[in-house]
Amino acid sequence: MNRVWLFFHKMGSPPWFYRFSGKLLPWLWGLFFVLAAWGLYLGLVKAPPDYLQGESARIMYIHVPAAWMSMLIYVLVAAMGLIGLVWHVRIAEIMAICSAPIGAFFTAIALATGSLWGRPTWGTYWVWDARLTSELVLLFLYLGVIALYNSFDEPRKAARAASLLALVGVVNLPIIHYSVTWWNTLHQGTSISASGSSIHPSMLWPLLIMAVATKFFYAANLLVRTRHRLLLQDHRKQWVRNVIMKEGS
Amino acid sequence: MSGVQSTGALRALLKRDLLLAYRRRSEMAQPVIFLLVVVSLFPLGVGPSPQLLGTIAPGVIWIAALLATVLSLDSLFRSDFEDGSIEQFLLSGHPLTLIALIKTAAHWLTAGLPLVLLSPLLAVWMNLPAEGARVLVLTLAIGTPVLSLIGAIGGALTVSLKRGGQLLSLLVFPLYVPLLIIATNAVSAATAGLPFAGQLGLMLAGLVGALTLAPFAASAALKLSLE
Repeated sequence: MNRVWLFFHKMGSPPWFYRFSGKLLPWLWGLFFVLAAWGLYLGLVKAPPDYLQGESARIMYIHVPAAWMSMLIYVLVAAMGLIGLVWHVRIAEIMAICSAPIGAFFTAIALATGSLWGRPTWGTYWVWDARLTSELVLLFLYLGVIALYNSFDEPRKAARAASLLALVGVVNLPIIHYSVTWWNTLHQGTSISASGSSIHPSMLWPLLIMAVATKFFYAANLLVRTRHRLLLQDHRKQWVRNVIMKEGS
Repeated sequence: MSGVQSTGALRALLKRDLLLAYRRRSEMAQPVIFLLVVVSLFPLGVGPSPQLLGTIAPGVIWIAALLATVLSLDSLFRSDFEDGSIEQFLLSGHPLTLIALIKTAAHWLTAGLPLVLLSPLLAVWMNLPAEGARVLVLTLAIGTPVLSLIGAIGGALTVSLKRGGQLLSLLVFPLYVPLLIIATNAVSAATAGLPFAGQLGLMLAGLVGALTLAPFAASAALKLSLE
């Protein structure tokens, strides 16, 4: 227990975090590249084309992990924001706000790939289907958090305000999701949806590998963004000078 | 601080806010006029067919109500923030959560209630059948307090920004989605002669939830804005 607490306390210190994340980063990027290459090879080359949708179903290996990440990251933004708000941990505040753009990009990727997938299979780029709509609302929630952060001059106050908004959003997220599902099912009766358990292993494995790969991508990207923002915010502090002297030489 | 003292202070605050609103009548009338103008644009835009207007009426009136509420939200805390009243509220020792709740209540009484009272006229304009119109008034009566309560969080978050108005709408509109869906569905169901008690029940649940949770978020946001 003691060692765990010590670890968390150390993580709260910018110079320690910077050094630790620097050592971690190559591993995270390496795992991401290996897993993504493996998953994409299995998904794009080895997996059979879908019997109904043909080759277009392969977009699933990007689309589904991106959609999963879009929701996971929003919850993480709120969780890290809560840690920042309650315990005043600056690293958590910065990580929360650095996660938001990554989550927004995953949401945008999920929407874009979904719309490209919808064209050959549903015959249209966009329908007001429950999943599409809640993903779109999620994108708006992300944009709200980012916009609120950017409108403050003082970074700490900005991060705290954005964290609070993310917390309000995460309480609303399930309500939005269920209300949208309910709204759609009342209007349309049946809709096209992936039945999770009925996926053949040859298609399921690349999907799972890609889902893990995107987690590593998120972790690596988040650390890069957090390190960058730490350097910017602390640019007058001694530890940043030491880092620059060491890495610059 | 004892409960009795707080009750007196909160009553005084409500009275003060209502009086201030009364003194600024023309400013308070703006959201109402806005609602009338926006709704009247729809028949001009989509054509005067009574059938079509009746179908889109719940959505049009509700969206216009959302826009009108957001328009008035920016001023909810702004003048008190700029003249330092909010700081004095905080220093007074009375719970800021209750102060936020009272200010939200005053906002609903001056900006939300007029929309509810005006909605029968809008229903006639949009050719909404009588059964639908009754439920429209009901949904607005339950829903506009929720709009004020959730909006107060956004208003408190953006109060220290110079130009918070546009940002405020970006923050709160996604949060209004469930309410919009359920309310318009209740009105459409009532028009079609279907039961709508479930939708109203969900809206009431939303009202209770917002009433209990939103003031805490709003007061946290106010404290943050004062930092």
